[in-house]
Amino acid sequence: MNTVTLTPKKQSDLYLEVNNITPDMFAGKSTEQIAALPVYVGNTEHPLGEFFTVTGAAGASAAETRIVIKGDSSRLKYIGMKMTAGEIEVEGSADQYVGGWMAGGKIHVQGNVQAFAGVGMRGGELLVDGNAGDYLGAAYRGDWRGMQGGKIYIKGNAGSDLGYFMNGGTIVVDGDVDVFVGTHAEGGTIIIKGNAKSKVGGQMVQGEIYVFGTIDVMLPGYIYRQELEKEVEGMKGKFALFEGDTAERHPKRKGQLQYAKLYLKQ
Amino acid sequence: MTKTITDVICPFCGTLCDDIEVTVSDDGKKILEVFNACAIGNEKFHHAMAKDRPVRPRMQQADGTYKEVSYDEAVEYTAQMLANAKKPLMYGWSSTNCEAQSIGHEIAEAVGAVVDNTAAVCHGTTLIAVQDVGIPSCTLGEIKNRADRILFWGCNPAHAHPRHMSRYSIFPRGFFTGKGSQSRKLIVVDPRHSDTSKLADVYYQVEQGRDYELLQAFRTALKGEWLPDVVAGIPKERIYEGAELMKSGRFGIIFFGMGVTQTLGKNHNIDAAISLTKDLNEYTKFSIMPMRGHYNVTGSGEVLAWQFGFPYSVDLSRGYARYNPGDTSSIDLLIRGEVDSVFTIASDPGAHFPISAVKRIASLPSVAVDPHITPTTEVSKLHVPVAFVGIEVGGNAYRMDNVPIDTRKVVDPPEGVLTDEQFLERVLIRVKELKGVKA
Repeated sequence: MNTVTLTPKKQSDLYLEVNNITPDMFAGKSTEQIAALPVYVGNTEHPLGEFFTVTGAAGASAAETRIVIKGDSSRLKYIGMKMTAGEIEVEGSADQYVGGWMAGGKIHVQGNVQAFAGVGMRGGELLVDGNAGDYLGAAYRGDWRGMQGGKIYIKGNAGSDLGYFMNGGTIVVDGDVDVFVGTHAEGGTIIIKGNAKSKVGGQMVQGEIYVFGTIDVMLPGYIYRQELEKEVEGMKGKFALFEGDTAERHPKRKGQLQYAKLYLKQ
Repeated sequence: MTKTITDVICPFCGTLCDDIEVTVSDDGKKILEVFNACAIGNEKFHHAMAKDRPVRPRMQQADGTYKEVSYDEAVEYTAQMLANAKKPLMYGWSSTNCEAQSIGHEIAEAVGAVVDNTAAVCHGTTLIAVQDVGIPSCTLGEIKNRADRILFWGCNPAHAHPRHMSRYSIFPRGFFTGKGSQSRKLIVVDPRHSDTSKLADVYYQVEQGRDYELLQAFRTALKGEWLPDVVAGIPKERIYEGAELMKSGRFGIIFFGMGVTQTLGKNHNIDAAISLTKDLNEYTKFSIMPMRGHYNVTGSGEVLAWQFGFPYSVDLSRGYARYNPGDTSSIDLLIRGEVDSVFTIASDPGAHFPISAVKRIASLPSVAVDPHITPTTEVSKLHVPVAFVGIEVGGNAYRMDNVPIDTRKVVDPPEGVLTDEQFLERVLIRVKELKGVKA
């Protein structure tokens, strides 16, 4: 695997839209060609080379390309948008839409990410060492297809609207989450190792949520079913199983209504 | 001799009352009396006659004072500011007519701006919910003539839309509601007692920030499912009763306001309310309607939607329309420092945005177009006074139920004062010159 390193040489006055920083766009290009790729500041277009020094070499395909972004990326939007393969390493924090609509490959952010990370994600892996903002692994506005597949791992806390309209894949948050988890979800797994506030699994049709900590206020549409032993993310424990959201429609399978499952660690 | 103009449209709130009568002086320059309007509407008409009203653009000086400038200079400053900005924000639009909005959007497209209206701090969350789950709605006329179950959730029309209750929702005697308020059951949900809740047959004092839980509980109750003993501070018996009361009507309507759109839950509250309406349609006819505030905020959404496909927070900076409140919405753009100039028209973010966003407006090149002196005009570099739409110039506006109504002119604007349309038209011509776009 070949590595391309981007070192910032000047800060933009406004935010930089870098949807072209993906292994797919870099693959098979020389450093000059990469430096000529467009990035956007508001309504203006600039070559990537104006803001970054490009070193190293890209692989022949996306899968053979690794991108390292040095320095502070907290004003870069759309890092790794729609990437299908390869790797991106962000050494600082990143702004919104990290790994938005990504279908494969791996992104590792050493700092925090802002809102809309992994929106409409279909595959691949997004690992964040710090905190995540709102709408993690959610659907884009107006879309009913949120995260479809892949895995998101947040070592810190996450914001509100996590897994909004989620359909598949897995989201793991080591810390706490804000309100609204898995709203409208029809599949997928959400694992929260810290605490949740309220509105967990609202209007959820199917899918699973695990909460290791506490939930401040449970939704009225969740019914306690039973206590059971489970192994989740390498941790064994007793969980109370709640099913819901009874306010929402639910499909039938073999004559049985299929509910979303909320596991609360005992 | 004075003359009375009848069937005047009131340009204040989204109720857009169309039965106002205005008496004007013989020369057609002065408003003498206003009939039928509420206290707020009445004040708006009379305010156009204020003696201290600015009639020429004012440019802020280095020491904070204002210097009068000509409209030509104002057009030049505005056009230069917009044309030279990388990401200008064009916010407001809710208290002007659709014609002016349309010209404004043309400017935004030419300069690659973000266009946003006051829905961003108001019913924008409603629009997000509508995109997620749709909306079964109706007109205010249908409510007047048919509705026998009226729900006010998180809104207080007694103060915010004073004539709403007498014209459409509670008191009028309609075709199938001949006994007026006696033919209707009024349900009010609000964490605090209001003048609207005093009129209620059933009042639910919901715990603050627990509207989503209560809405979902009503949906659960409708399905006959189990409920915990108390939800959002309301005993479950009362929730089952409320669900029965809604079901038993012939035609129901849910009106909702800022109490649910801008409190904890935001778009999800509306999402649940719309879903409740949808569920109720299994048993009877039910509709839902947002209590829109500014008289033409609905129109701004309509015009933006037919021009760009999205109702507010439209980012045109990359040459095509992008829409994602949270990223492209005004307050987020200002607080995050994503825009480099601010054009405000027909609204007052200075009074309604968080202080950090207002500070940002004050630190950027900024223009405020507004007939009044407002907190926004006072933090902007340039204030352009214009004629009052609906009083000094006509034009199209949309009522809260999406019915377009043509407003009427009753008096002439002060001499030399441009209308929103005229000012924007001139800015558009200059912007096109600067950007090299063919006229």
